[in-house]
Amino acid sequence: MKGKKLAILSALSASVLIISGCSSGSDESSGVAIEVPDVPMHEAMGEFEGELNIVNWSGFVEPAWTDKFTADTGCKVNPRVAGTSDEMVTLMRTGQYDIVSASGDAALRLIVGGDVQPLNLDLIPNFSDEIAAGMKGNIYDTVNGKPYGVPIGRGANLLQYNEDVTGGAPESWDVVWELDTPYKGKITAYDAPIYIADAAVYLMYHKPELGIQNPYALDETQLAAAIDLLKQQNQVIGEYWSDPVAQITSYVGGNTVVGTSWEVLRKFAAQDNLKTTLPVEGSTGWFDSWLVSSTTKNINCAYAWMDYTSKPDVNGAIAVNFGMAPANVAYCASSPEAQAHCDTFFAEDEEFFKRIWPWTTPIETCVDGRKDVKCTSFQEWTNAWATVKG
Amino acid sequence: MSTKSTSKGSQPISSFLLRKPKVRLISLLTLPMTWIVGVYIVSLFLLLITAFWNVDPFTSRVRPGFTLENFIMIFTVPAYIATSIRTLFIALSVTAICVLLAVPLGIYMAKIANPRLRNFLAVAITLPLWAGYLVKIIAMRLVFTEEGFFNWFMAPFGIRGPGFSIPIVILTLTYLWFPYMALPVYTAIRQIPPNLFDASSDMGAKGFTTVYRVVIPLIVPAIIAGSVFTFSLSLGDYLAARFTGGATQMIGSIIAANINLNPPVAAAYSMIPIAFVVIYLMVARRTGSLERM
Repeated sequence: MKGKKLAILSALSASVLIISGCSSGSDESSGVAIEVPDVPMHEAMGEFEGELNIVNWSGFVEPAWTDKFTADTGCKVNPRVAGTSDEMVTLMRTGQYDIVSASGDAALRLIVGGDVQPLNLDLIPNFSDEIAAGMKGNIYDTVNGKPYGVPIGRGANLLQYNEDVTGGAPESWDVVWELDTPYKGKITAYDAPIYIADAAVYLMYHKPELGIQNPYALDETQLAAAIDLLKQQNQVIGEYWSDPVAQITSYVGGNTVVGTSWEVLRKFAAQDNLKTTLPVEGSTGWFDSWLVSSTTKNINCAYAWMDYTSKPDVNGAIAVNFGMAPANVAYCASSPEAQAHCDTFFAEDEEFFKRIWPWTTPIETCVDGRKDVKCTSFQEWTNAWATVKG
Repeated sequence: MSTKSTSKGSQPISSFLLRKPKVRLISLLTLPMTWIVGVYIVSLFLLLITAFWNVDPFTSRVRPGFTLENFIMIFTVPAYIATSIRTLFIALSVTAICVLLAVPLGIYMAKIANPRLRNFLAVAITLPLWAGYLVKIIAMRLVFTEEGFFNWFMAPFGIRGPGFSIPIVILTLTYLWFPYMALPVYTAIRQIPPNLFDASSDMGAKGFTTVYRVVIPLIVPAIIAGSVFTFSLSLGDYLAARFTGGATQMIGSIIAANINLNPPVAAAYSMIPIAFVVIYLMVARRTGSLERM
């Protein structure tokens, strides 16, 4: 207990040093140095431990592909479904799980907290050139040049609209943000602090004078501007959603006309008049990767699992089942159905994903590389988010 | 009773317990006390302690410590204050509507309806209790969507529902908790001797005067008992607000949002409904209703 406290304290003071500008050599890839606890990496594969405890999004771990994995390796898979990124972080910190399918907004929190370990990619041969370029080396799971995550898949937060009402695709996100929106009371927004980044993306385009370079690196003024925009949105909003089913019924039932959505939710709604678009400002998105607990007892099973799920067919099966773009784009060429799936979810369209800002946990170190200011942490985002809804 | 237990041998446990009052007491209280202390008091205590802890801004891990920051936030951030007041208003409204519906219904069931109708109504009130809580909330959501049952049914009269908002939350919570008010009120009214109504009428009181001067004073304890349920259950609810409230935020919504993100704030904020309920019970006790419950 005491040792832990000390470790946290020293990590804290070290971080303060870095933030105050005494930064040591920053790495070449992202130019951002983030102080993380020193967790050793797995050096060589050993014997399989016989079980693997996974925290995952619903649909990521299914018998259709775990049975073969268990037969191959003898690792029995125990999945635990989590509903939100925050729940995933809480679950991983219990130390009862070996591996997690974390989105970027959970990943960096876990890395900085020392809850997950850096990965030895030599032990994961399927993490190869077939993995989409846009999913490699991103700041949310690659810190100081060290990889912590193996990509699973990704999806964008798109603008979904009811074409019967809008009569066409809105070009801008302004229909969900501005007071003069024609759809007052019929707007939906994602109900989580990370949604603040969507406000920041809008401000990047419309208020360049704020100087936002990255929606996850907001200093205090920039965060305040984003919160003001969210409070403005609160006056015209109909509903916030965190439960996908509620969001679907809201669109189908006519309560919502425009708002944030995922391609897969539109598919589930199965209504011809519901469409999605990527407005001119761009958007945010979720990029999911496997992260391995720093206290895992089943490290070999975890590596085998990451390798197994990076195969084109298994990775594709997960992506199809969940409704997202697979990380392994080699899957797309495997069949016409696979190609259709990849096209629907823009899997091979790096130009599309260049306009998407992957969810990243905001931390005090500015992830846009600024050194002269302190950025707002996720804790501040959480507190600020509570004030939005009033 | 004493003659039975003296017949030695036939009931060894009973006679043993009769001779050892302390053992008797312990065996009686062990189970409930373990439950109350082990589950209720300890978890409440842990909750209270957590409210003084803080969260590491760097890793967002919970750190033991002592800070009043969480409580200061709850009493200074406008959104938190507004949410507390809104939730109190919703809980009081739900309770008031439940009373307004339960009293006439109780009088009708107990004193006017014939036995068959009375039984039917009793079943009708309790039947929704058999359905799952979440199912009922989703049902209300479907009824009040834009293209849902309510708007479809009311369209010929030119009436449209208010959309997901505070009134719908109040309606949903009333629907959820009404049986907890209706049943004790009905039982209390049934227990009023019929001759009190005759006496009241003999003294020249009309129907409403009788209700106001005779029935209501006699059933206040039942109303208080029912309102403890409707009020405290409404205070703690957040799923009704999430599914039928649109952008409405209640105390439970904030606690639910913070439970993973910032547990100390969630713990501190959960003291608010506890405080409301304690104040409510103290007021009820002052009126003397709790003793008569």
